Amino acid sequence: MGESRIERQSLPSPRYEYGADDHVFVELAESMSFTANFKAQAITQEVRGRDLPGIVEVAPSNASYLIHFDPGQIQPDDLIEDLRDIEDEIDLTEYTWEARVIDIPVLYDDPWTHETLMKFRDRHQDPDATDLEYSARINGFDGPEEFIEAHAGAPHMVTMVGFVPGLPWTFQMVPRDQQIEVPKYVQPRTETPSRAVGFGGAFTAIYPVQGAGGYQLFGRTPVEVLDVGQELDTFADSMVLPNPGDIINFRRIDRDEYDSIREEVESGEYGYDIGTVDFEPEEFFERPESYTQQLTEVLD
Amino acid sequence: MLRIKEGGLSTTVQDTGRFGNYHIGMPPSGAVDQYAHRIANFLVGNEADAATLEMTYSGPTLEFEEDALIAVCGADMSPSLDGEAVSTWTAIGVDAGQSLEFQFATEGARAYLAVAGGVDVEQVMESRATYTLIGIGGYEGRTLEAGDELPVGEPAADAQEGATVDDDVVPDYGSEDTIRVVMGLCDYRLTDEGRDVLLGTQWKISDEADRVGYRLDADVDIQDLFEEREQPFGAGTDPTNVVDLGYPIGSIQMAGQPIVLMRDAVTGGGYATVGTVVSPDRGTLAQGRSHETVTFESVSVDEALTIRESWNDQLDALREELLG
Repeated sequence: MGESRIERQSLPSPRYEYGADDHVFVELAESMSFTANFKAQAITQEVRGRDLPGIVEVAPSNASYLIHFDPGQIQPDDLIEDLRDIEDEIDLTEYTWEARVIDIPVLYDDPWTHETLMKFRDRHQDPDATDLEYSARINGFDGPEEFIEAHAGAPHMVTMVGFVPGLPWTFQMVPRDQQIEVPKYVQPRTETPSRAVGFGGAFTAIYPVQGAGGYQLFGRTPVEVLDVGQELDTFADSMVLPNPGDIINFRRIDRDEYDSIREEVESGEYGYDIGTVDFEPEEFFERPESYTQQLTEVLD
Repeated sequence: MLRIKEGGLSTTVQDTGRFGNYHIGMPPSGAVDQYAHRIANFLVGNEADAATLEMTYSGPTLEFEEDALIAVCGADMSPSLDGEAVSTWTAIGVDAGQSLEFQFATEGARAYLAVAGGVDVEQVMESRATYTLIGIGGYEGRTLEAGDELPVGEPAADAQEGATVDDDVVPDYGSEDTIRVVMGLCDYRLTDEGRDVLLGTQWKISDEADRVGYRLDADVDIQDLFEEREQPFGAGTDPTNVVDLGYPIGSIQMAGQPIVLMRDAVTGGGYATVGTVVSPDRGTLAQGRSHETVTFESVSVDEALTIRESWNDQLDALREELLG
């Protein structure tokens, strides 16, 4: 039997919404899919390329996108007309991009996020289990071990960056029936360690800085996704590591490796393992398992 | 050089904002009340994008190392120079060595101190605005503290002491505010009744009302305002959840309570946004104090555009009058 494919979704007509006088928000779908996300990426890339007047910000998100503009230079209805034209003209089957594949080592079930999550059991759906135990159970896994293997077993695509600078939302590159889905905390925590790897809805997030958060806590990475001082070489051009369209390979590591990587990061000597691929959505949809395996081969 | 002797409650260097990086999660920052910020600048001969000090509730105490021309606009914090009260919304000459002091704001929440030449801290991503969450911009990316020394830029040659604006330019911060909103974004998630409740309720500004967002309180269960549905894939289980999306600055996010996102906002997330405050009214809201009340009034996008245009026209006229 061949591997399972990812079906292209047929999307509804986009919803064009005014964000007062200076924003247009476009929802491509209410539910998450690679089809909706790739469409958001393709349209926003085209918007950037067209050099429309008065465009201040172009921000793709999971299944939607947001544009901030200066109405002194372009009227919202004219902008929406341009966006409709782009939507009509764009051919998603032809859309490919150069994607970075980034190795993100993760210490799953680490002591820091464990301590945090134990402090906030009263805000959780299942106070008697850990976040990993709960997430494994409701997704039909035997236990955390098997669940971690699935989470680290296939790469994840950055489908949105935001909330705070450098925080990636990533969506695992597997068919829908293998997607993990976990609710957010009943009530958000007031604390989350920096570099925590969390999960909410259908997304993994890496928290760049410590702060509040409502995602289930799975582990912690020793590497930075935000380097304000731009001290690590990888951050020479931008203080933020992930960009929409990047592919992240969560790699399970043990405590010794965590400590040694952390030491290198802190001394500014850590070299990220990043490869570049020409990402072809058609190939990915057709044979996700073998294709993503092939993509991660660019890593050391 | 401005020497800070006391930092005040929360004083930061701000300007018109940092743009172009929303897609990597970087909010614009900048003065939350652009009206007061810009007029303060014009009064001392600066362009709109010069950096001012944004003071919150209680301003700093600072000493001037050189002669300067300053203006204080926004919330009334009763400024005084070496103990002598000075006018607000007016260009004031300061002698080297003099100290400027503020009292707790009697009306409004934020005042802006402009100095001819602008506060000349280094730019980060083409802006001097402070964004404290990750510690960038402004003075070392943080609120000001005793001992900080802020450089001042070169003043425009023709800046005039005594320049002022008409009384009708000065807002009345004490009155109860109506905040105009264009409903939309994900407001399809609200029931008709839920929409009426949002627009018909007097919302109290909570204690958590800052540069990130204004959280509003009322005896309303937010979940009751939402349509029931089977949640779409990836959205999460709460009826107020959506598949994580970008939030416009000024949007009303329904996260247990309405939160109006300000200039240091989170740039996106998974709570439904149901409308956006018209751009000039974001500054009006930013002058609202904790425990004051606000109500939302729904306007069309065309009305919003007209409101913005007349706001721009007014500021352009003031700029013309003061800068020539």
